[in-house]
Amino acid sequence: MPHFANVIVSILFDGLAYAMILFIISVGLSITMGLMGFVNLAHGAFAMAGGYLAVTLTRSWGVPFIPSLVITFLVVGAASVPFERLLYARLYMAGELDQVLLTIGLTLMAIAGYTFFYGTQPQSMGVPSYLTGQIDLGFREFPAYRVLMIAVGAILIAILWYGFERTSIGAKIRAAVDNRRMAQSIGINVDRLFMLTFAVGGGLAALGGALAVYIMGITPTFAIQYLVLFLIVVSVGGLGSIKGTVLAALVLGIFDNAGKYLYPTGGAFFIYAVTVLLLLLRPSGLYGRE
Amino acid sequence: MAESNRASPGAYREGGTAELRARAVQFMARRHRFRLAEAAPWLLAILAFFLFPDRMAFGTQVLIMVLFAVSLDLILGYAGIMSLGHAAFFGIGAYTAALLSARLGWNEPITGLFAAAALAALIGFISGWFLLRYRGLTLLMLTLATAIMVLEFGNARADLTGGYDGVNGIAISPLFGVFDYDLYGHTYYIYSLAVLFILFLVVRQIVYSPFGQALIGIRENVRRMHAIGSPVHWRLVTVYTIGAAIAGVAGALFAQSNAFVTLGVLSFERSAAVLVMLILGGTGRLYGAFVGAIVYMVLEDNLAKLSPAFWEFGVGLLLVLAVLFARRGLLGLIEDFGRLIGERPRR
Amino acid sequence: MTAAPLEIRGLCKKFGALHVARDISLTLEHGARRALIGPNGAGKTTLVNLITGVFAPSAGNVLLDGNDITHLSEAQRARCGIARTFQINQLFGDLTVIENLCLAVGERTGACNQFWRPAGAKRAVTDEALDYLESLQLVEDALTLVRKLPYGRQRLVEIAIALAQRPKLLLLDEPTAGVPSSETHLILDTIDRLDRGIAILIIEHDMDVVFRFADRITVLVAGKVLIEGTPKEIMADERVRAVYLGQEGGREAPHG
Repeated sequence: MPHFANVIVSILFDGLAYAMILFIISVGLSITMGLMGFVNLAHGAFAMAGGYLAVTLTRSWGVPFIPSLVITFLVVGAASVPFERLLYARLYMAGELDQVLLTIGLTLMAIAGYTFFYGTQPQSMGVPSYLTGQIDLGFREFPAYRVLMIAVGAILIAILWYGFERTSIGAKIRAAVDNRRMAQSIGINVDRLFMLTFAVGGGLAALGGALAVYIMGITPTFAIQYLVLFLIVVSVGGLGSIKGTVLAALVLGIFDNAGKYLYPTGGAFFIYAVTVLLLLLRPSGLYGRE
Repeated sequence: MAESNRASPGAYREGGTAELRARAVQFMARRHRFRLAEAAPWLLAILAFFLFPDRMAFGTQVLIMVLFAVSLDLILGYAGIMSLGHAAFFGIGAYTAALLSARLGWNEPITGLFAAAALAALIGFISGWFLLRYRGLTLLMLTLATAIMVLEFGNARADLTGGYDGVNGIAISPLFGVFDYDLYGHTYYIYSLAVLFILFLVVRQIVYSPFGQALIGIRENVRRMHAIGSPVHWRLVTVYTIGAAIAGVAGALFAQSNAFVTLGVLSFERSAAVLVMLILGGTGRLYGAFVGAIVYMVLEDNLAKLSPAFWEFGVGLLLVLAVLFARRGLLGLIEDFGRLIGERPRR
Repeated sequence: MTAAPLEIRGLCKKFGALHVARDISLTLEHGARRALIGPNGAGKTTLVNLITGVFAPSAGNVLLDGNDITHLSEAQRARCGIARTFQINQLFGDLTVIENLCLAVGERTGACNQFWRPAGAKRAVTDEALDYLESLQLVEDALTLVRKLPYGRQRLVEIAIALAQRPKLLLLDEPTAGVPSSETHLILDTIDRLDRGIAILIIEHDMDVVFRFADRITVLVAGKVLIEGTPKEIMADERVRAVYLGQEGGREAPHG
């Protein structure tokens, strides 16, 4: 391939992999915010928890890579339920500021906790050798791990799309996102629905965090550092919309990556500028409701 | 059908209600008067000067944070503007003062403050004009993204801002050409205290004015404000601009007193810290900013030394507890206690 | 020949595919006492929202005293002389009654643009606010926090705020809603005494109130005006009876 095209393909490919991580982590946030209207700034902490759990599983306990991912998803997903029931549920009727403050507080506690146990140095994860090389996709070779990221992302998009659009639970979630009171009045148990979506969302965030470790390393500041990006993906995509989250993750992932590659200092400026412009024009995001 | 019985104002004025009317008039007329307790923080500040002469550098930073928190209380506590990016104005003020001195060689401190206030106000006005059309999560996101944009701009123009290495070589000339700066920060303390005092009086005046009442109305029930013809957007932009200006002055004081500024002044951490201070003390009470900033800074000074992680954990925990149990902050708790022992709290 | 206080021409409003207002035309005469009735979901509150400017219409015009205000914001229309009360009280609960009224008077007179002199210093504002309170016999509650008042008296404060705007057009959205029956007479007496110079439109379900108050009635069904006329004409109309099924000789229109 000519060099110029090669660079473009590399940027796009890396951006796509990065976008998949953004999607996997952010989709849970989008659905829970759209469903319960709860501003959960601790979502980044769930992703971080996933990253650290995966690190411990693969390095300290020798658990193989793929099973670690699955375990991370299940454990963090389950662990998020007590948070939701005991803490978050108390503030569903409170104002956004209260929710922001509570979840920032939780995030700070999480960051401090992980600093205490893991220190501030970036941790890495045990990754099997078949993922550290390149894979030949015919016209070009690509880093195997990133191919995995894209594959996992694509599979999850398909599963989530199917679950959302084709199952009765998905229909109930969509109904409750659309009009919570109406959904309750026709007998949908919105509280239980929310517990489920929150658990799945938290689990997915953890999975995304685990996947991200190999590429980005994990430090205790992960929770806050990338939180803004997740929030942007969710705001731009529109709350409660899988389609929106996919689109926003793609656009942001590819452009952020490209920006970092082409303009290392201050490239990030454009992401935020685009976000601001987009929100000014469409405050409920690309696919959000008024 | 009722006949033409004009319920015009004044038609029902009788002797019986005269007493009640007088009381209401008195209430309104006295709302803004200074209460004795309001002297307390200032007396404490002066007392601190004499009791802790070797801690004046720290004391100056506390006063600066109080000023910063007061500016946030104006926009958040009184007008209900939820901003996660207030540090942007603090940082703009800091860099203005820093660059005036370090790059342009203009060392006069007070004009430095004015320049910082002016630039911060300008950015506040422009960004506010666009952003304040929105509320809730959208506004939170917009203020956050805007603040990060300012930070990234500072990062990109490291030639201007010195990037994360910062700007040093800030040399401030003596105040009024007379008062020079001593090693112990005594002059800076008095200087900051004076600036805080003046600006606080300004904010207090605004808060008790009809405009201030309108801000509270916007915070409490914006629907009703629209329905009575209030130009809500203009009111919000105005207060946001004023809040930005005051935050800018706080930033300038920071730059002048530290003689050093880095991109940290623009960080989300700083926006979050001032928010925590305000919540701790209690929003919408002006003096909440004092209580919150002092408590926060003292705790940070003592605990962060032990272990930064421990401090961070503590702040997070305090925040969670405050939101769940003491939503109106320390002043709110004091008020509740006061009510328990029979006083009538005034807003 | 002066223009009518309120004229609506062909007002339409769609939310996506949902038509909430279809080609509504209506004129209020001087000193109008008009009741707006209709089944739940007919779009009565939506119509009030369109008149006051909470939403912009998809089509049609709103004219106040002959001036086209269709493109003005809610606040601008309020300053032109439209006041409304909400179905659920929209007051400043944590402020005293007198502060609530002073805000309304202050916004109207422009006093609220003042950010230097204290709020209480303008004696004229406080006096005017007290005058409105007196006319509704609320002076004794002047220093009470609004949220501590019984709901019926809060409803009166809601009306007082609307009056403090010195409106030409007053829109009352179910003024007796949520008020215990022992207190409704307060509200109704107040409405009876309102200045005949103000054109008033009232949304109501209670037909007793409608007959007591209204000179003319407009019936709204599914976003369209079904019929408009005097109370006698309305009650005699077949279609109105059909809409209010099983309510022959009934005193109340169906609630949702």
